[in-house]
Amino acid sequence: MTKITPEMVREHGLSDAEYQKILDLMGREPSFVELGIFSVMWSEHCSYKSTRAHLKKLPTKAPWVIQGPGENAGVIDIGDGDAAIFKMESHNHPSFIEPYQGAATGVGGIMRDVFTMGARPIAMMNALRFGEPSHPKTRHLVSGVVSGIGGYGNCMGVPTVGGEVNFHPSYNGNILVNAMCVGLARQDKIFLSAAKGAGNPVVYVGSKTGRDGIHGATMASAEFDDASEEKRPTVQVGDPFTEKLLLEACLELMATDAIIAIQDMGAAGLTSSSAEMGDKGGSGIELDLDKVPQRETNMTAYEMMLSESQERMLAVLKPGREAQAEAIFKKWELDFAVIGITTDTSRLVVKHKGKVEADMPITALSDAAPIYERPYAERKPMAGEPAYDKSKPVLASLKTILASPDMASRRWVWEQYDHTVMSDTVQVPGGDAAVVRIHGTNKALAITTDVTPRYCRPDPFEGGKQAVAEAWRNLTAVGALPLAVTDNLNYGNPQKPEIMWEIVAGIDGIGAACRALDFPVIGGNCSLYNETNGEGILPTPAIGAVGLMKDVTKMATVAFKRSNDVIILIGETRGHLGQSIYLREIEGREEGASPKVELAIEKKHGDFVRGLIEAGRVDTVHDVSDGGLLVAIAEMAMPRGIGASVGIAGLPDAIPFWFGEDQARYVIAAPFAEAEKIVSEAIAAAITVAELGKTGGDKITLDDKDSAAIAELKVGFEDWFPNFMSGEEIPVTD
Amino acid sequence: MKSAVIVFPASNCDRDAKVALEQMTGKTPAMVWHQDSELPDVDLVVLPGGFSYGDYLRCGAMASQSVVMRSVKAHADKGGMVLGVCNGFQVLTESHMLPGALMRNAALKFVCKPVGLEVQETQSGFTRKYENGQRVTFPVAHGEGSYFADEDTLDRLEGENRVAFRYAKGENPNGSARNIAGILSEKRNVLGLMPHPERVVDNALGGTDGRGLFQSLIEALS
Repeated sequence: MTKITPEMVREHGLSDAEYQKILDLMGREPSFVELGIFSVMWSEHCSYKSTRAHLKKLPTKAPWVIQGPGENAGVIDIGDGDAAIFKMESHNHPSFIEPYQGAATGVGGIMRDVFTMGARPIAMMNALRFGEPSHPKTRHLVSGVVSGIGGYGNCMGVPTVGGEVNFHPSYNGNILVNAMCVGLARQDKIFLSAAKGAGNPVVYVGSKTGRDGIHGATMASAEFDDASEEKRPTVQVGDPFTEKLLLEACLELMATDAIIAIQDMGAAGLTSSSAEMGDKGGSGIELDLDKVPQRETNMTAYEMMLSESQERMLAVLKPGREAQAEAIFKKWELDFAVIGITTDTSRLVVKHKGKVEADMPITALSDAAPIYERPYAERKPMAGEPAYDKSKPVLASLKTILASPDMASRRWVWEQYDHTVMSDTVQVPGGDAAVVRIHGTNKALAITTDVTPRYCRPDPFEGGKQAVAEAWRNLTAVGALPLAVTDNLNYGNPQKPEIMWEIVAGIDGIGAACRALDFPVIGGNCSLYNETNGEGILPTPAIGAVGLMKDVTKMATVAFKRSNDVIILIGETRGHLGQSIYLREIEGREEGASPKVELAIEKKHGDFVRGLIEAGRVDTVHDVSDGGLLVAIAEMAMPRGIGASVGIAGLPDAIPFWFGEDQARYVIAAPFAEAEKIVSEAIAAAITVAELGKTGGDKITLDDKDSAAIAELKVGFEDWFPNFMSGEEIPVTD
Repeated sequence: MKSAVIVFPASNCDRDAKVALEQMTGKTPAMVWHQDSELPDVDLVVLPGGFSYGDYLRCGAMASQSVVMRSVKAHADKGGMVLGVCNGFQVLTESHMLPGALMRNAALKFVCKPVGLEVQETQSGFTRKYENGQRVTFPVAHGEGSYFADEDTLDRLEGENRVAFRYAKGENPNGSARNIAGILSEKRNVLGLMPHPERVVDNALGGTDGRGLFQSLIEALS
């Protein structure tokens, strides 16, 4: 047997203390295979060892939550016996090393998480963060990630309905690729991963196992340095064709009652799927690796247990149902093999070529995995009102902002995604939230992903709150009732106390907002160690959220639809310029306090606006977020080229009013008679409300004086992305 | 009108085609698996969009060799109608049921957006309910939709009035020769087109311009 040396322990990303714990749990020196299994199961990626103690504080329950965190994805009740199943997950490290395959397999992985629970995926979203546009790698990464997401999702025939793209120098060495999948299932046909009972066959279905992705989970749990490109072999290669077959075959098998438990082989492949199924079912699992379908010759037990080859599933069947299941997978020309059996020993036993390569208690991999209460160093939130040049012309600044990297149209991105396949996409990308109809009904799900990372470094707590509030607001703005959240927490190295504080405060902020808005967290994923050469990313707790519309015909969109509509602002404008887009793009500074989210007011304003939409009284709504009020108005004017004349009498200072990023605000446009009613109802409800002006014409006019042609604004807004991407030659890194 | 939708592994617009046919004809089409050697008795066969067999070779190349395509060809040879949309169009050119080829988009990127088309030919069972020159909007969603054929073939297609749909001025999303979006076979019973008429039959999805194609088929086949 291979003797375990301290070097091996270090190479497996385990600390001395963790190795000592392994020795204690095993009562002997582990075999090399066992060491590999411990290293992936105890990796940050699989064990959540730095965050688990804090994640427990998040609210996860509500009457409509069917399944909270802990399964492959969360499940909510959307009425009529239907369930929405969704989750968001990161594929940051692989996407930086190999953008096309990293992003593609991120999409494939999250789809498997959803369909392994019995759901047909009906929509995909993503939250992407890249380095500054001028960084030599950025264009190459954007191009690869976008085509990878499209390449996988398009082939699967699941619409990719939107997401976010941000640029910031803090992501120069660590891009973020967070993919979200939303699926639809019947509530009585939801599949879980608990492998209950002994003597049941463990079957392997899907692609063959190769040597790709070995130690991917461990890679995702360490910082990068300049040699990280050498880790390219640890990035898996996606095969969406096989995944499409696997999806159809699994759903066909799920229509029978042959399955006891099923789980996709994601990070840490065969190891984590078997250990997690055994752990949740309270049973043991015995695997015979000679039976595993293999793509390469002479694979060792170590390689098979740690491979992250894609498009594979592990299922536990009722005894005697193997032939029925095999026939389905043969029809879809997929591998099917009985590779093991459940036992009553609560141990994971791995045999290969007649030898026992691993024999370990499953609880050693789950419950006994280390949990760290890592020390954190609280930092005072940044404060202060930043100075600005009051003489700068407002409309020139608007034009600059609309053509800036974070604010310009993302059309270049989403036109590469098939966003209309399945013929249920009722609101396409570019609005506040995407809306996808529940097939064959008048109901729909609204979906969004949100976070404003530039708020999260100065004030991680308020930033966490704001991410949730903005997601809630975006769902509300289309007329949906926000139901639940999946969080994708992207941070730096948790072993640094200042980063650990960003994590703790961020989770606290998310929790506070979710509690106040009745918006439980039903699943998520953490991606830590997003650092290169010691430089961390902006804290980026991305929030994916889903809401329900009972009547999709009432849906609101951002576009102005008529002339002479009254433009109404709901919510108070104090003119908060700290950490705003205006300050960054026009003044060239990132400073001041992040905007505060007053959750009770947020809820009050949102409920008011949603009520108007649900009653069919307004069809034109936009939330006010990045860039502030005037940017929101421009975004409403550009889609149909219908302008607006706006202004407020006696405004002391125009810049903070038009560009401040105060929260809990919406812009509504409605015909005069309806608008008058809305304003008086708002006043009666003690909601701050203002009439800003009227729609019409082909310009945006301020205070009846200065104006900017929409056509001209639109050129900058639409052209920035394609111009950026078609700029100088993309640096080749191969 | 009786119809069938062929399902290849990784077809992914098969359900959309089925739903559109149900909505327009009131009848559920037969879903035919790629390994089935016989077609049911139908008037219309639809080859749907998707990524048949993963499209890891030229798009549609593997599907053109499938068992079911022999029956589809026989159906067309007997004068039966065949509609190929997107990947279905690619399968039709790879099967030599339509001339030419569909190459990688000129911009080398997948493109999904609504595009303006002109109905160029109304003398067919697929287009008779449209006006000649009528402008319609269908979405496209493809990476390899740039129609190519040699000059003689293009001249012949135009001379025989077999260009059914053309991208309107300034709308060509993929660099197709002579803005060609969809063509008819010599006997005018096979239509292949890259844009998706089945995605625009429902007003909630931003348009109903695709209905004319299905209404034409219903009239031609009843």
